Amino acid sequence: MTAPLIELINVTKRFGEKTVLDRVNLTILEGDITTIIGKSGEGKSVLLKHIIGLLRPDEGEILFNGKQLKSLTRKEQKSFKQQISYMFQNNALFDSLTVFENIALPLREKTRLDEDAIKSKVLAQIDRMELAEVTYKYPSQISGGMQKRVALARALVSEPKIILFDEPTAGLDPLRKNVVLSMIAHYQKKIRFTAILVSHDIPDVLFISNRVAIIDSCRIPFQGTPMELEQSENPVVQQFIKGQASLKDELTGLNTKQNIKKMFIREMGQVNRLHESFSVVMFTIDNLKQINEHIGHIAAQQIIQCLGTLIKDHFDTADTSVRYSQNEILMVLPHTGLNKAKQVLDELAIDLQKQEIFQAKSYPKACFSFSILSGLAEAGPGMDLDSLIEQALSHQKIIAHLECEKHGETA
Amino acid sequence: MAQVTNSIFAPFNRLGKVSIAFIGELGAIAIFFIHAIALIFSLPLQVSKTMQQVFFIGAKSILIILLVGLFTGMVLGLQGYYTLVKFGSEGVLGAAVALSLIRELGPVMTALMIIARAGSSMAAEIGIMRISEQIDALDTMDINPIRFLVSPRIVACIISFPLLTAIFDVIGIIGGYLSGVCLLGINSGIYLNRIETSVVMQDVSGGFIKAFVFGIIVATICCYQGYFTHMRPGGFGAKGVSLATTSAVVLSSVLVLVVDYVLTSFLL
Repeated sequence: MTAPLIELINVTKRFGEKTVLDRVNLTILEGDITTIIGKSGEGKSVLLKHIIGLLRPDEGEILFNGKQLKSLTRKEQKSFKQQISYMFQNNALFDSLTVFENIALPLREKTRLDEDAIKSKVLAQIDRMELAEVTYKYPSQISGGMQKRVALARALVSEPKIILFDEPTAGLDPLRKNVVLSMIAHYQKKIRFTAILVSHDIPDVLFISNRVAIIDSCRIPFQGTPMELEQSENPVVQQFIKGQASLKDELTGLNTKQNIKKMFIREMGQVNRLHESFSVVMFTIDNLKQINEHIGHIAAQQIIQCLGTLIKDHFDTADTSVRYSQNEILMVLPHTGLNKAKQVLDELAIDLQKQEIFQAKSYPKACFSFSILSGLAEAGPGMDLDSLIEQALSHQKIIAHLECEKHGETA
Repeated sequence: MAQVTNSIFAPFNRLGKVSIAFIGELGAIAIFFIHAIALIFSLPLQVSKTMQQVFFIGAKSILIILLVGLFTGMVLGLQGYYTLVKFGSEGVLGAAVALSLIRELGPVMTALMIIARAGSSMAAEIGIMRISEQIDALDTMDINPIRFLVSPRIVACIISFPLLTAIFDVIGIIGGYLSGVCLLGINSGIYLNRIETSVVMQDVSGGFIKAFVFGIIVATICCYQGYFTHMRPGGFGAKGVSLATTSAVVLSSVLVLVVDYVLTSFLL
């Protein structure tokens, strides 16, 4: 195992009565992208400020290459600071300097490059960040997203060995978020700097990270690779991952997949105890990928949302429908036999076909086809969830359909 | 009994705390100043940044110094004439105006004017940089914020104050000439001759020493107040900056007057 570049050992920080970090241990490996995730106000930024030396711990040690930060000689401190760069959460741009001057400042002050070399380096960064049209504007004259990119350019321009990013994608549009994250990943591979990121952009940020640390209740209960994070049984990590999943399904108004097992066990208990049957229905949106491609994510989201709402209206079982996968909704119908379920399903099919999402005029510029399928299965004693779902899938048939004809007409 | 003793000593306790805090603050200002002065000489010298500050603190203050200097000289001429004429010695008006200006009013009025114009803006600018983490950003870039922000301002004040004082003195004497000679009819030759015979080099150098010291005081206090905006009890964000600016103006004005008395007593 490689020796840690930066190590925090039992770091404690208090602001007055409030403890922000409580015996925090964290290891940063050289050349890795380490992401620190956690709820707002949990001390992520405070942790970063300790690493760069803006704050000093009340207790504990911070080691850089095995040496205590506070015991570094002046020369070593200088060399440490020259290797490290920090991108602030609020950008901290110099508001009386232009975008160009902001990015050029670290080069002008800390290097012996001539003005031409500085200019070409800064303009290259400006080009990469798509800031050419605001080069000579002041930070207050540009948008928040642009300010973020200027701060990123300023952090990268001196090509440091360690970069600390405090929420680099906060306030950016989804397109630019991806651009910024891929830019960090790209530069990291190119320059091989060590990155420490604080971010809320889960799961996107995990794709570029080598290591993840979760900060919770002033401590770090987990640190490891993203794979280890996913498989961790640590309750805090689980809560965090589930929290992310449930947030996603909040958008569609449906329960999360994690609830399905609990629901199934409860209903099977009823079946075994009272010999009462229950049914499951599996809805599948066929061709959702094509909708994503032709129309966009919002249209796809609306279709799922519309289906979710109608299911809730018709079956009056809001708590028992879950988003099983990206294009599947699974519903458990307690105390409902197959016949009754079929009857309600037919009514739902009629209603569904009348919805705006199945009208070609809702998509004037695109020609595509999609359908919604549903399949029923009745649960009996001793059955498991997987076989029940399999049964429902095998009985699926189309209940609503939109067909694109030559000139975008519906069938 | 203990309660009575406590209530008797309470005001002294408070006074003690305030005094200790005041002495502590003075010590912190002194350390801040020594730090900034030492960093003036660290290489590479910040010539262009210093010149920018000389332009802002010095060159841009010329108009206000001209106006204030002119009217101060004119009112001195007016008041001096009506006082001196009672004793039949209006002939010494030139000497009275010139000595008051060169020894006292020139350095003090110039300092007060620059505090109002540039001192407040120094405190506000540095204060805003502090609360918007710009000073922390400098620190993370390994740029010493005191060297970057404070040292050029102190040098600029040391250069600008004596020069502006000289302008103030000259324009004040011209003001006195306007009211004394042109309006009230004193002989022009007598006015100028009295100045020539009464003003000695010691007066001029004394005025410049004062201007030099005031420059240091104003720059240090105003930068210090802005730099430590975030440490002010009860003032955060914009309110903190406004309190820092007010303190900078009040404290530096008071200190200028106090130090003026001390310096005068040494220089006379």
